[in-house]
Order: sequence, then structure tokens, then C-alpha cells
Amino acid sequence: MDPVEIARWQFGITTVYHFWMVPLTLGLGPVVAFMQTMWVRTGHERWLRMTKFWGKLYLINFILGVATGLVQEFQFGMAWSEYSRFVGDVFGAPLAMEGLLAFFFESTFLGLWIFGWNRLPKKLHLATLWIAVAGSVVSAYFIIVANSWMQHPVGVELVDGRPVMTDIWAVLTNNTALAAFSHAIFGALGVGGGFLLGIAWYQLWQRRRDGIDTVDAARRVVVGENRAIPGRDRADHDVWIRSLRVGALVAVVAFGGVAVTGDVQGKLMFDQQPMKMAAAEGACESGTSFSVLSVGELGSGECEDIEGIIEIPGMLSFLAHSDFDTEIQGIKDLEPMYQELYGETLPVDPKYGEYSGAPIDYVPNLEITYWGFRLMIGFGGLAAFAAAVALWLTRRGTVPESAWIMRLAVLGILAPFAANSAGWIFTEMGRQPFVVAPNPNPSGTDGVFMFTAAAVSPGVSWGELLFSVICLTAVYAALLVVEVLLLVKYVRGGIASAMPELAHGDDDDTPSDEPGGDDRRSDVLAFAY
Amino acid sequence: MTEILPTLWFVAIGALWVGFLLLEGFDFGVGMHLLFSTRTPAERRLMLNTIGPVWDGNEVWLITAGAATFAAFPFWYASLFSALYLPLVFVLLGLIFRAVAIEYRGKGHTERWVRGWDRAIGLGSLVAAFGVGAALGLTTTGLPLDANGDRVGGAFAWFNGWAVLGGLAVVGFCLVHGAAFLALKTEGPVRERARRFVVRWAVPALAPLVVWVLAVQFDGGKLWTLLPLGVAVVALVAGWLGARAGREGRAFAGIATFLVAGALTLFGSVYPTVLPSTLDPAFDLTVFNASSGGYTLGVMSVVALIGLPLVLAYQAWTYWVFRKRLHADQIPGAHAVLPAVLQRKLAQAEK
Ligand code: HDD
Ligand code: HEM
Ligand code: HEM
Repeated sequence: MDPVEIARWQFGITTVYHFWMVPLTLGLGPVVAFMQTMWVRTGHERWLRMTKFWGKLYLINFILGVATGLVQEFQFGMAWSEYSRFVGDVFGAPLAMEGLLAFFFESTFLGLWIFGWNRLPKKLHLATLWIAVAGSVVSAYFIIVANSWMQHPVGVELVDGRPVMTDIWAVLTNNTALAAFSHAIFGALGVGGGFLLGIAWYQLWQRRRDGIDTVDAARRVVVGENRAIPGRDRADHDVWIRSLRVGALVAVVAFGGVAVTGDVQGKLMFDQQPMKMAAAEGACESGTSFSVLSVGELGSGECEDIEGIIEIPGMLSFLAHSDFDTEIQGIKDLEPMYQELYGETLPVDPKYGEYSGAPIDYVPNLEITYWGFRLMIGFGGLAAFAAAVALWLTRRGTVPESAWIMRLAVLGILAPFAANSAGWIFTEMGRQPFVVAPNPNPSGTDGVFMFTAAAVSPGVSWGELLFSVICLTAVYAALLVVEVLLLVKYVRGGIASAMPELAHGDDDDTPSDEPGGDDRRSDVLAFAY
Repeated sequence: MTEILPTLWFVAIGALWVGFLLLEGFDFGVGMHLLFSTRTPAERRLMLNTIGPVWDGNEVWLITAGAATFAAFPFWYASLFSALYLPLVFVLLGLIFRAVAIEYRGKGHTERWVRGWDRAIGLGSLVAAFGVGAALGLTTTGLPLDANGDRVGGAFAWFNGWAVLGGLAVVGFCLVHGAAFLALKTEGPVRERARRFVVRWAVPALAPLVVWVLAVQFDGGKLWTLLPLGVAVVALVAGWLGARAGREGRAFAGIATFLVAGALTLFGSVYPTVLPSTLDPAFDLTVFNASSGGYTLGVMSVVALIGLPLVLAYQAWTYWVFRKRLHADQIPGAHAVLPAVLQRKLAQAEK
């Protein structure tokens, strides 16, 4: 068994999993904070209900982000000790800043928010949520700074073959990081938007199926209520239709954001990691056309097998340089260049283990980079298109009665998640065989790079790695089931699941005189543990 | 300058670890107490809610201690974490279960659900505390590291009596510290039981920690580290007397001071070695050969000077906001989440 392979699988599995929770946290957080802001400003009940309901789902998801993030933090030292030694001078700094300047804020103020209902003054309580949300965004920034340095090493000089930081500012304002950060934030908002949209659609559909909401001759909604079902009053309709619109709007805007920032990223990458982009295109020959569909044995990595089926002439040049005729280098031209710059074989050195002296394959897995790139854009675009359609379908105030469209809306929640995962898998695997990628152009610090094969912990055996990857994968899988079941349960419960006071019926609205009675209903602990 | 900064960062990382043990210490302790010292479901919820608003913030002390070690002493971070691969896997699993359990236990209402997650909190806390203790114990006594800082001798080469002692020390400390915290934060039977726990168990539970500190002091201690050692002993006695006299504040402060002073002795005794090699003293990782460059340490110092006081300020404020003692009567009954979807069926059935 090869420790490098296992360690890569472990990193891939745990990070992709972490990045299912992360975008939902990042995307839902600002939306919940916005809802609570509206509640504080207008005092309208519907915004309170929206805050409580979406806030509950936010928390259920948040905790898995925390739990899986811990593994990420420890993993560099555990499985990638050579990597940690090599990059430590630059890479640890953003991680430590993330802890000190982001995670502390995030977790402390979220605790204050959860338990601060009715205990803190309204505006202060609102501020705690905004601070926690800002903490998430800042944490995303720092982690992406760290990741981007691996894509585009800057701000260092080589001392005895090891990068030593000379300019923190260059690291923090790495153009790759700024582009990737804004791209990932918009990607996360897409996730949040789709989540709101799908769930609100389901609730509105329930109301229609139960005959609570009906449509008149002009197909406009006639809002009703059913007092027998907790929470199904008139305000309930308002909550869902607004959630749906907020979600759809966020999803559409987010796609605009990923498109713009993705374009910036693409241009940077043509420049910084030309091989990654050529692989993403399946572009063997140098040229100017963008491939919409290529077939052949991409996986074999053999250029001869690949055939472009549909191509848009000039498009590739446009993506890279905003014109239509600059030639973009293909794999066949890049490979000799990489071999000349970084060698044809790995050095003979015990730290490469069984790879010592092995020939280097500079072409990343073509199937994954090619399809990863297209799935990212495809799923994202699909979700945004669906959100636009949803806005139009619900323009008269409710959703169609069709169960099929409802199922599509719920299933659509997954599309932005898939786009995010595809994007990361493409980014990270397109960087292979390097873990710290060299930039064959002068913008990065020359000569700073590290092969993945040299990055794992030399003292750790494959048995240990296999044990941990099996344990973590099994636990993660089980927890995913629990999280999804819980989310489903609370979604089906509607608003009343997050606000039990609604379930007690109307007489509860008058504050009771008995001691503790009022206290009991408003007790924040019902919201927490 | 190049001499001072690594030393300063050694102090900073020591402070982060102490912050972690002090704060997450009582979270772990409360978690473990859920396993055995409760009578009713309401009491368990009461205990959990004493740490409810703060436990996640406390856990970040561990994350930051790890990340700051990476930033300031990458060679220390790489060697320690990879050498202790298996125990750290268990620490992570413990922390994962514990975090998820705290959040999810109240999201269901069957007896099985709640009890299951309660056990996960308790066992997760126990495993994580033991693992962290083992890691810290071995940091002071050494690991079989080669010239590159990599572990020699296979997956279990780290295992020895020091690992067990360190693990027991931290588990014992968390149990006592958690009880002192519960006595301080609750009212009623839980408070009384927690106070009695401190009185009865403080000595045996803290004995491993005392043995560990004494051993390290004898082995490499300096003259000045005798001073915190003395303080630790006095604080422990004062804390215990406080608990016996029903002065929960004094008991808690005494135990906390005991930890801080004990840790000072430990870190002071090993300095400047951060991770000894049991194979050859020439392979020892020290504050000087394991640290990042002067520029990185300078940058991190600025960040820490801004960040740490802020963290201390707002975490202190959090404790102030939630300063009231909790009583089991304030715990509302658990509410079942009845899906609106199902309730519709019920309503129809009634018609
Ligand atoms: C909802 C999610 C989503 C959507 C719709 C898109 N992306 Fe994306 N993309 C990501 C989610 C994402 C991501 C998960 O956030 C990545 C992985 C790393 C990163 O920073 O963003 C990413 C990476 C990524 C990269 C690689 C950057 C690198 O390797 O350094 C490029 C070039 C693009 N994207 C370009 C685009 C373009 C041109 C898009 C569409 C119009 C697009 N992305 C839509
Ligand atoms: C700061 C952020 C990140 C850092 C420092 C980082 C670093 C690494 C490292 C060290 C590896 C192992 C070496 C390798 O196989 O390339 C790796 C692999 C991988 N990472 Fe990242 N990563 C980061 C973020 C992410 C995120 C957010 C995702 C996706 C959700 C991701 C997905 C992957 C995948 C799929 C692999 C496996 C690649 C392969 O096997 O070829 N990474 N990353
Ligand atoms: C591989 C690199 C990564 C590491 C080492 C890492 C580390 C962590 C840690 C330790 C936590 C838990 C924090 C807590 O307990 O409060 C966490 C959660 C989180 N991370 Fe990651 N993470 C990685 C990838 C990412 C990426 C790429 C992003 C953003 C784009 C991100 C953003 C977040 C957010 C928003 C959370 C939500 C939960 C929380 O912060 O507490 N992380 N991460």
C-alpha cells in the first residue's frame, strides 16, 4: 500500500466533506443575519419566524463544520509532516491568524447569539450574529490565503532550499487568493440561496396540497389558514414566500458573482499554472478554441486518444486573455517545458520513498480536471437558471400544485453543493503532481515548489493512515445521515419546530400570571440544548 | 532579537495550552460527569447548559494552540503530530462525537436518542482529554525521533508510562475542575454533589498531575521553577479547603491556580527543549532549531498582540453575561418536534 495515495484520499475525502458544511454556513449565515436585522428594524413577526427557523437549520449544519474542521487543522502535521516542515514559515501564519482573528470570534459570538435570546438587548443580540457571520467570512479568507499560496507561492525567498517568508502583505494580497476567496464566497451564497429556495418551495407546496392556500381565477394566491396545524396561519405563507424570493434572488446574484470572479481566476491560472488549464481543456495541441465536448480516453492521459467534438473557436483565448487569437499552449508544448524546468525524474532521495527516482508525470488526471471544470460551471448555471424560473413561476404568490416540480426544487438544493465540490476537486487535483505548485512565469517566487510524493509524513505507516481514513470516512458517513435526517425533521416541522411557543396555540399569547409561566415559554434554552 | 522571539513564542504557546486546559478542561469535566453523577434528565440538561454558551469558544483554544505551533514552530508541530498519529486520531474522533452530541442531543426527544448522545459527550470528552494529556506528557518526556524529527519504531513507539501518566493527569484534572465549575454555576442537588466530589476526590484525581510535575521538575527543573511548584501546592490546598468550607469561588480559583502554576513548572523545566528525542539528545527539538524565521515570528507577534487581548476581553464578557447560577427548575421540558406534515394527518383523523 502506498502511503501517499492513502494520505491523498484521506485529505480529499475529509476536505470535500468539510466543504459541504462550509458553503452552507457561509451562505446561510448572512441571510439569517439579514432576516434578524429586518426583524429588529420592522418588528414584524414574519422576520422573527424566518430568523428562528433558518437559524435552527444553520446551527444544525454549523456544528458539523466545526467538527470536521478540527480534523483539517490537525491533518497537516499528522499525515503531511514533510509538507508542514517545508511550508511552515509561511503556511502556518494564515492558519494561526484564522484561529486568533476568526474562529474565536465566530464560536464565542455564536454562543452568545444562541443563548442570548431575551437576555441581551435586541440590537446587541443582533450584533453578536453579525460578528459571528463576519468571523466565518474572515476564516474563509485566511484559509484561502493559505491554499492560494500553494497554487501561487509569493512573498518568500529560498533559504537553504526552504521558503522563508519575507513579505506577509504579498501573501495576504496574493491575487490568486483574492480571486479564489471572492469566488468561493459567491459559490457559498449560491448554496445558501438554493437551500432557501428548495425548502420554502416545499413548505408552500404543502400549504397548497393541504388546501390552505388556493388560487383564484386570475391564478393569484388566496392565503388561508388551518388552526389545527401548529404554525399554519396566514403569517406562515408570508414567511415562506419571502424566504423563497430571498433565496432565489441570492442564487441568481451569486451566479453572476462566480462568473465574474471565476473569469478572473481563469485568467490568473492560464498565467500561473498553464498545465492545469490545459488539462481542464483536454487541450493537447496549442490553439485558440474552447472545447464544449471532447471524447476519448481522457483518463489514459494520452493525448492521441482525445478528440474535440464541439469547439468554440477563439473562446479559449478569450477566457485567457480577452482576445480571440492569442495561442494558448497545449499539453504537448507544456510538458517539455515542465520537464526542462523541474526535471524528468524525481531526485533519488529516501524522502521520496518508493517514488525515489521515478519519472514525473506532469499531466494531471485529465478526466477529472476536464469534467470537474465543466460540472462546476454546469451545476452552478443550472441552479441559477432554475432559481430564475422559480421566481417567475411564483410571481402570483404561491407555487404550482405539481408534486414533480416540488421534487425538482428540493433536489435542486444539491446542485450548488455539487458545483462547489467539483470546483475544489478540479483546483486541487489540477495542481498535481505538485502540492506546492511552481509558477513557470515570473509572478510567483521562482523555484518554490514541492512534489506531493515528498510531502507525506515519513514516520507514519500505511497501516495508520488506512486505519484513520477508514474511521473518519465511516464516522463522517454516519454523521451525514444524522445531519440530513435532522434537517429533514426540522424542515417538515415547519416554523413550529423552531418556535415551540407557536404550537401551544393562541391562548399562550397572553402572558400568564403564574410564576415562571412566562419565563418558561420565552426561555432561550428551548432554542438551544 | 532572534533569541528573544522564539522564547516569547514558547511562552505564548504555553499560554494557549494553559488557556485550553483551564477552559476546555471544565467542559471536558462536565461532559464526563454526565456519565455518572446525575440522577434525572433535567439535571443532565442543567449540567450541559452550564457550558452551553461557551464550550465552542473554549475549544478554539486547542485549534489555536495547534495552529500557532504550526506557525511559530513548524518542526515541533510536524514531529509531534505525526509521531502521535494514532492517539491524535482518537482525540479527533472524541472531539467530533462530543461536539456533534452537544448540539444534537436536544434535537430528538426519545429516551434512547438523548441517552445515546449523553454517552457520546461523556466518552468523547474522556477520550479527548486522555489523548491530549498523553500528547502533552510525551512532549515533556520525549519521543523516539530520528535526525529528521520522524518517529522511529512503528505505530506504537510512542506508548509508555509517561503517556498513561499524562493522560490520567489531564483526565483527573478535568474531573475535579469540572466539578468545581458545576458547584460554582448551579443551584440545588447538582451543586451539592459537585462540591462533595471535589472534597472527596481532589487528592486522588489530581495525584497523577502532581507526580508528573514533580518528575519533570526533578529531571530538568531549574531553581526558579520551584517557585511555581510551591504556589501550585499552596493553591491546591487552599482550593480543597475552600470546597470543604462550601466556598465554591475559592475552590474553583484554587484549582485553576494550581493548574497554571503546575504548567509553569512543566514548561519552565523543559525550556528550551520543546520535544526531546529519546534516541539521541542531538536530535532534540528546541525553541531555537524548531522555530520559524524572525520575520514570521515578528508578524505573528503583532497578530497575537492584537488578537489575544481581544479574545480575552470578549470571552470574559461572555462569562459575565452568563454569570447567573442555573437551577433545574429553569430547564423547560423537552419539546417534541411534530412535523407539520404529520400533524395535518392527525388533524384530519380527528375530523
Ligand atoms: C457554486 C459554485 C461554483 C460555480 C457556479 C462556479 N465555481 Fe468556479 N469554483 C468553485 C465554485 C464554483 C469553488 C469550489 O469555489 C472553487 C474551487 C476553489 C475556489 O476558490 O473556488 C472554484 C474554482 C474555479 C477555478 C479554479 C481556480 C484555481 O484553480 O486557482 C476557476 C478557473 C473557476 N472556478 C472558474 C469558474 C467560472 C468561469 C465559473 C462560471 C461561470 C465558475 N467557476 C462557476
Ligand atoms: C487551505 C485550504 C487547503 C489546503 C491547504 C489544501 C491542501 C491540500 C493538500 C496538502 C493535499 C494533499 C496533497 C495532494 O494530493 O494534492 C490536498 C489534496 C486535496 N484537496 Fe486540498 N487543500 C485545501 C482546501 C481544499 C478544499 C476546500 C477542498 C475541497 C473541498 C480540497 C480538495 C482536495 C482534494 C480533492 C484533494 C485530493 C487531491 C488528489 O488526491 O489529487 N482542498 N489539498
Ligand atoms: C484545509 C484547510 C482547512 C482547515 C485547516 C480548516 C480548519 C477549520 C477548523 C479548525 C474549523 C472549526 C472551527 C471552529 O471550531 O469554530 C473550520 C470550520 C469552518 N471552516 Fe474550515 N478549514 C479548511 C478549509 C476551509 C475552507 C476552504 C473554507 C472557506 C472557504 C473554510 C471555512 C470554514 C468555515 C466557514 C467553517 C464553519 C464552521 C466554523 O468555522 O466553525 N474552511 N475549518
